[in-house]
Amino acid sequence: MRKLRRPEIALNSNHHPVSKKSPHTKRPDDSAPAYNARLAPINARLGQDEQIAFYRDMVRIRRFEERCLRAYQQGKIGGFLHLYIGQESLAVGCCSVMSKQDHIITAYRDHGHALGVGMSMNELMAENYGKYTGCSKGKGSSMHYFDPSRHFWGGHGIVGGQIPLGIGIAFALKYKGVKGACMAFMGDGAVNQGAVHESYNLAALWDLPVVFVIENNGYSMGTSQARSSAGPSLAQRAEGYGMSWDISENGHDVLEVRDKVSQALKRAHEEHKPTVLEIRTYRSRGHSIADPDTTYREKHEIEEYKRTKDPIMVYQNTLVAEGVLNDELIAKIDESARAEAETSAQFADQSPFPTVEDIKKDVYWETDNPADRKSVGTLFFD
Amino acid sequence: MPVITYREALRHAMAEELDRDPNVLIMGEEVGQFNGAYKVTEGLLAKYGEKRVIDTPISEAGFIGLGIGASMLGLRPVMELMFFSFYSVAFDQIFNNAANMRYMSGGLINCPIVIRGPANGGTNVGATHSHTPESIAAYHPGIKVVVPSNGYDAKGLLKSAIRDNDPVLFMENTMLYGDTCEVPAEEYLIPLGSAKVMREGTDLSIIGHGRTIQMALKAAQTLEEKHGIKAEVIDLRSIRPLDEETILASVRKTNRVLLVEEAKPFCSVSAMIACIIQEKAFDHLDAPVRRLTSMDAPAIYCPPLEKEQLPTPQKIFTAALEVLK
Repeated sequence: MRKLRRPEIALNSNHHPVSKKSPHTKRPDDSAPAYNARLAPINARLGQDEQIAFYRDMVRIRRFEERCLRAYQQGKIGGFLHLYIGQESLAVGCCSVMSKQDHIITAYRDHGHALGVGMSMNELMAENYGKYTGCSKGKGSSMHYFDPSRHFWGGHGIVGGQIPLGIGIAFALKYKGVKGACMAFMGDGAVNQGAVHESYNLAALWDLPVVFVIENNGYSMGTSQARSSAGPSLAQRAEGYGMSWDISENGHDVLEVRDKVSQALKRAHEEHKPTVLEIRTYRSRGHSIADPDTTYREKHEIEEYKRTKDPIMVYQNTLVAEGVLNDELIAKIDESARAEAETSAQFADQSPFPTVEDIKKDVYWETDNPADRKSVGTLFFD
Repeated sequence: MPVITYREALRHAMAEELDRDPNVLIMGEEVGQFNGAYKVTEGLLAKYGEKRVIDTPISEAGFIGLGIGASMLGLRPVMELMFFSFYSVAFDQIFNNAANMRYMSGGLINCPIVIRGPANGGTNVGATHSHTPESIAAYHPGIKVVVPSNGYDAKGLLKSAIRDNDPVLFMENTMLYGDTCEVPAEEYLIPLGSAKVMREGTDLSIIGHGRTIQMALKAAQTLEEKHGIKAEVIDLRSIRPLDEETILASVRKTNRVLLVEEAKPFCSVSAMIACIIQEKAFDHLDAPVRRLTSMDAPAIYCPPLEKEQLPTPQKIFTAALEVLK
């Protein structure tokens, strides 16, 4: 194997630079017990059903994406396919603490969030296949899922471009007097985009109820954090804007994610204050399907994560140890998720493509609602 | 009927819509405490308060994107770009997010936002502040583009734009802000996409938008006085949607066309309209379609030369005579 030049900076789990703990993270020391996400208020009284639901939701994302990958390899899915495998605990953890008045927006690695808010595998798989039964009628792609009825505002392709929209959603909630917040997700590659910094400033300046969630998987495409981002940690940049920040070191732990994001949401709900929450994670697959995944990281790094920190495996071990899960239930959940994913592939396969006439629909509200059109004149020029 | 300035007409449109719909809000650099860099929003903060009239930092990508996000939830932000030229700082937000949102969501999400500000040259502010991006904006399906040439139209069109459920880019002109005309005090709406025959004629159609319409009217007056030529002047008012019928009806009547605009010639609005005319009214033409645009270089600072770079009534007059040769 090719030897990779290692950045001269201290790393913890192979890929994240070591940072000082945030003011909101309890630092384990001699006098205080070690941090235990399980004892956090949001997790302390979880019922078995809820715990199993978190596990099931992660397994559903995994099996869905594995089925997507097969479909891609079969030539059923075009363009990009950004898999979330290895990061499932983030979407599931964050979505599990959303209140009815909370909203979310994310980037193009959006399968986990879409399933997390309750979108169906059928509409997502059909979208990937470019079918009319897809959530965006086959017009969006895997990167552009939307379901405003579930407060899910995409699914956005341009790195960091969704973050101004996220603070706009938070602005609208505050303007309307709704006690809700927007979780605006981005990857570690987005933190160097100007639009993100402008959004930090506006959110802090105007006290907007937003949680900026940085899903830090260590690599912006093929460029490691050490090679792309200055400073000790990504979240700490919030200090420049006088904003609270926090780091979830163990993003593979769904319960830790729940604890960290619920604290940030509480700050948004009760004080209308934004937070930058960096969640350390890892993607077990390439950036997209075409990623050779061999030039910028070493195989043992991937294997090490899968062996020790795969979020599904970790939570499964926990729940087995606690007697919540057993082999029979694990197999049943797995089988059910596989069947659901398989059904979605069949559904997508059998669904129709949009028609040529559909190409020019959904461009303007007015032309889709001709009875209510107020303008006159030509809107299309072919 | 009250005689007011173009800027007052815009302000009245915003005030009426702020009164009518609590989801309407004004946002931009210096729109509040400063009363507007060009005083278009003067007095609105005092009347409507900080919730509805919001000063932003100099942060176009951030606050335009914020407005787009807020519009997705049903607010109707009217965003001021101090100069429309600054649209390029927010290009990704406008043309990837606002323009594509409805499409990529399969029709689930709308962006009822208005982005307005002056888009013109002629004020010696150099190339960065003198962009006229009508054609760049109108290129994008999903976007609507409006360019009023006078105060009456500015009020009626802005009110329609604010009520529109699609994103509208509304391009004004600092050289027109002080122009006065009769503007009704009561409410009226002008639908987007309707051109206006500003002066009837039979010998030649001069078609354009924005400030060049005021120049064309002067040129038409001179053509009549000096040569007895009756030029028809058509103000497009809206670029997308576009009133093709009024354009083509005029071409069929006069059989000769001069297209005028302040933008640069390559891939401009007039280039598109020339194409439409040759496609749909070729047999009615007695002469090639002629265009008069800015000279094809970045906007020059040098005050006397900037006048040379831009269209003028004299240049329109001369070009019209050539079309009639």
